[in-house]
Amino acid sequence: MLGLNKKDFGLLTIVIILTVFAPFILNPFPEGSALAQFNAGYPDLMQRLVIFGIFAIGFNILFGLTGYLSFGHAAFLGAGSYAGIWMIKLLTLNIIPAIIASVIVAGLFSLIVGWISLRRSGIYFSILTLAFAQMSYSLAYSVLTPITGGETGLQPKVSDPRIFDAALAEGTTPRANFFGMFMNDSYELSLAGWVFTFNVGYYIAAIFMVIAFYISIRIFRSPFGLMLRAVKSNQQRLNYTGIQSKPYTLAAFVISGMYAGLAGGLLVAMDTQAGAERMFWTASGEVVLMTILGGSGTLIGPVLGAGFIKYFENIVSKINESILQAWFSFMPEALQEFFVAIFYPFIGKGWHLTLGLIFMLVVIFLPGGLMEGGKRISDLFRRKSKTDSGSGKVAPEAAE
Amino acid sequence: MSKFELTRRGLIKSSAVVGAGLAMPTLIINSANAYTNEPKGGSVTLGFNVPQSGPYADEGADELRAYKLAVEHLNGGGDGGMMNTFSSKMLKGNGILGKKVEYVTGDTQTKADAARASAKSMIEKDGAVMITGGSSSGVAVAVQALCQEAGIIFMAGLTHSNDTTGKDKKANGFRHFFNSYMSGAALAPVLGKAYGKDRKAYHLTADYNWGYTTEEAVKSSTEAMGWETVNSVKTPLTQTDFSSYIAPVLQSGADVLVLNHYGGNMVNSLTNAVQFGLRDKQVNGKQFEIVVPLYSRLMARGAGENVKGIYGSTNWHWSLADEGSKAFVKSFGEKYGFPPSQAAHTVYCQTMLYADAAERAGTFNPCGIAEALEGFEFDGLGNGKTLYRAEDHQCFKDVLVVKGKENPTSEFDVLEVVEVTPVDQVTYAPDHPQMRDANGNAVAVGTCNPGA
Amino acid sequence: MDAIILQILNGLDKGSAYALIALGLTLIFGTLGVVNFAHGALFMIGAFCAVTISRLLTLSHTVLDETRTDFLGKPLKVDVPYIYEIFGETAGNTIIDWSVPISILFAIPIMILIGVIMERGLIRHFYKRPHADQILVTFGLAIVLQEVIKYFYGANPIPTPAPEAFKGSFDFGAMLGLEASGIIYPYWRLVYFAFSAIIIGAVFAFLQFTTFGMVVRAGMADRETVGLLGINIDKRFTIMFGLAAAVAGLAGVMYTPINSPNYHMGMDFLVLSFVVVVVGGMGSLSGAVLAGFLLGILESFASMTVVLEALPGINQIIIYLVAIIVLLTRPRGLMGKAGVMEE
Repeated sequence: MLGLNKKDFGLLTIVIILTVFAPFILNPFPEGSALAQFNAGYPDLMQRLVIFGIFAIGFNILFGLTGYLSFGHAAFLGAGSYAGIWMIKLLTLNIIPAIIASVIVAGLFSLIVGWISLRRSGIYFSILTLAFAQMSYSLAYSVLTPITGGETGLQPKVSDPRIFDAALAEGTTPRANFFGMFMNDSYELSLAGWVFTFNVGYYIAAIFMVIAFYISIRIFRSPFGLMLRAVKSNQQRLNYTGIQSKPYTLAAFVISGMYAGLAGGLLVAMDTQAGAERMFWTASGEVVLMTILGGSGTLIGPVLGAGFIKYFENIVSKINESILQAWFSFMPEALQEFFVAIFYPFIGKGWHLTLGLIFMLVVIFLPGGLMEGGKRISDLFRRKSKTDSGSGKVAPEAAE
Repeated sequence: MSKFELTRRGLIKSSAVVGAGLAMPTLIINSANAYTNEPKGGSVTLGFNVPQSGPYADEGADELRAYKLAVEHLNGGGDGGMMNTFSSKMLKGNGILGKKVEYVTGDTQTKADAARASAKSMIEKDGAVMITGGSSSGVAVAVQALCQEAGIIFMAGLTHSNDTTGKDKKANGFRHFFNSYMSGAALAPVLGKAYGKDRKAYHLTADYNWGYTTEEAVKSSTEAMGWETVNSVKTPLTQTDFSSYIAPVLQSGADVLVLNHYGGNMVNSLTNAVQFGLRDKQVNGKQFEIVVPLYSRLMARGAGENVKGIYGSTNWHWSLADEGSKAFVKSFGEKYGFPPSQAAHTVYCQTMLYADAAERAGTFNPCGIAEALEGFEFDGLGNGKTLYRAEDHQCFKDVLVVKGKENPTSEFDVLEVVEVTPVDQVTYAPDHPQMRDANGNAVAVGTCNPGA
Repeated sequence: MDAIILQILNGLDKGSAYALIALGLTLIFGTLGVVNFAHGALFMIGAFCAVTISRLLTLSHTVLDETRTDFLGKPLKVDVPYIYEIFGETAGNTIIDWSVPISILFAIPIMILIGVIMERGLIRHFYKRPHADQILVTFGLAIVLQEVIKYFYGANPIPTPAPEAFKGSFDFGAMLGLEASGIIYPYWRLVYFAFSAIIIGAVFAFLQFTTFGMVVRAGMADRETVGLLGINIDKRFTIMFGLAAAVAGLAGVMYTPINSPNYHMGMDFLVLSFVVVVVGGMGSLSGAVLAGFLLGILESFASMTVVLEALPGINQIIIYLVAIIVLLTRPRGLMGKAGVMEE
């Protein structure tokens, strides 16, 4: 189906189901309960989860397939964001031109950066990409302030030209829309104690992510993808066979740059703001971490990694002392204080610490990232069900 | 397009109980919200969005302490702090409009993106009716724009750039902190008195918006007084070692160095400047001097001995002797064991002013609150008589010119107040050239947005 | 002329900091082949060794001073360091004043210990793992280390001044027979430069002239063969890691009087140190040192007003621009070896 084999089609179906039902899946706890703190089913976070999912999927096309580790991908996300916000300011509040422009601009930018950086490989390549991204960041924050807004970034203003739009009604603020549907429109379903939010922006971003994911599967399974893997396993041998590897790696670089641009454009569409911090090296590092954490080279791993990191950033950082006290309030006071004291360094302002520890634990115990964990769990169940079936025969593949 | 409304969590919470009782799914599409996150239960939620990681984490922590104190006072706990000295007597210690005050916290990381994500989660997930906090102008402008769009009141925390209430002003946003213009206007006369009117200044400026506005403000006010600006050099935000910017200063013929730096940049550039022995030099027959337009006591501590005798300006200082400041220092000091910072004072005032405005307006509707705050004049929150100007939502009050203390008695006793510059001296027209946009046009504050 | 001499001095001073950090990193990264994102954290921990020592020296008990009052109007609490009771006030003050140089003595064993624990407990299990895994684990470690420091010391910079004897500046102008106080340079920065030169020299001498160093160099070139010769190269690599940590830590200790340390200073230097190492060329110690000085000097020149007027914003990007030019003209950086981290 859709040019996919059965397994891949199954994967795509799972991804579609997960994104469609995300408002339910991410809000597992009833409203008002102590655990509602862990609910992630609100529009902004859901949007970010899929947008950074797109970013990581794109990064994985380059890193997972060719092994080229770019440390400057945030520059393309940033360039896409700026292109997007300028479209919103100059042309129309409709998000379509913004998204198209962000993909094109990021694609062109990555073509230039890739064309230069791909003359080197390994760590030299990484540092070249890093250098381009850091230059973009520094310039955007300072001397390019007239174009980028510098420190304060760019936001749509009432006074923007917006040549395709009719004038805004008196007293309204410019809001990004998709043919009249505003990105932050949602409607809420209240079901017993639960509340589920269905947000327009989220579903638009989710459609883009499903398409992005589908394209990534096709690339992984295509002869082109095979060629990229050949680059990873032994570029020299590939060159000896008379194949120029650079066009392939450059194509992969530009595709992943366009993915980053798409993510940047969507960020602007969902939350109309673009700033230079998006291009700082830590942002480039974040997508590297997302991909490795989830499992580089796997199809769905990077999405998991992206979700994991963004979830932590937005949920754990908001747990404060008084929430902690409420959780342990059922205990005697001395015990409550003890538990609060133990957990306090890891939540709220300590969320970085927890994240760092998880990075280490994952890479130590799950060498293939979160995907490895998933595989181990499913293996466990598979083996269990086999023994449960009571056939007594040893499965032939158990030896692997 | 039919109206998809954001529904209010409080309503859902109560309706959820009913829903659970009937075990029937209820679908809420159109609720009767007059404005975003209208509180319908017995409580109201405020969102405290402060830097908890990154270089300004300690400033954020101090803001959070003040917020907790303010909430305690609003709900009738503690000694009431500045509620007792505030000239408006609407607050009774029974919450706001009879609703208990609750709060949520978030981490801005001093990044615009993270700050907006955190603010959005407070608005969308926690149903906050007001967002406040922050410790940089980049964050303040970004979050202010978000609150304008969402129909939420934004009470800016520590933000000093002219832009926040200048070219980027918004109807839903209010600032209690002073700004670059005021720093320049307050500093110039004091500097003139201390160092003479015939000085040559060399500016080192952080290469981003706040730096630009501060440099411009200090430059224009000192030049008006007779100083000459010899040179001004932009330094990257990420710079940690300023030696290569400091070293040429002495050869330029300048006899005053103005460091338009904040936070970590300021600590490092000041430390480096003192290291190079600038303050021991005589240039043009005068003692060489250093000026730091914006002081933060928390950060100044990082520069240690180097701040001694160096002039700057600050929004508020705990050594002020008016009733409001004394009450605040007492209740903060007794709770936490050390005096509050200017950031803490700013956000405490912001919370009180919001609560008071809601009481006076009789509603949490952002438009009602904005109306109550516009042109509001009050006293008793430190800094003397204060006005929230209607035209740009900037707060006008006395500005403190301070100096690094020569003989500090404790690690908190870093600055001493040299002069309290009266408010008239720092007031400017709403369309002052420094408040205009890149094309030189004045920007209007616009109309308030109640959301929903 | 004066301005140029000054900027060369600045460049050498900055360069010595870069070279020192890059030297430690290149021992781990360029030779052991581990992408160590925790190297900046080692630098930061070194700096906090100095902070801790000065805190320990000023460890105090509180005495109430009835004659003065604190901000709440209560009797002022004055901290009296215990060290006054041991050595008396004058000698005690001198010891506190010299806390940074004293810290060096303590920092060496502490940093070696931290390095050895890191290598034995964590890094050695990652020699054969992909670079991606090394990045994730060392980045995680770096975050954990800096958050631990933040938990105990807060986020604000902590002033750690140089001894009184090193305050003030040296007048080069007078020495060179030029105009007096035309070229002045702070003593402590000169000390830093000299210190770096000594450490760099010592590390080179150690690797060049000792049997241990010879074996390590052989091990870098061909680990397997050295192993086959019956030499326990693993143990030597552990020691090398400890050494690298000590170099980073010492760079940190000595840096504290120049800029007050804070918990994220390691991250500020991390990217820069990678750039320096790679521009120098992978696997080359002298390349790293050379690149450190080169970038330091160019960065200083880029901040001159004349240059900035011609090319606004050049000071923002100079390091990265130079890195790009070097890497495009010389495929393996300044002095890189073939085949190291090129895949």
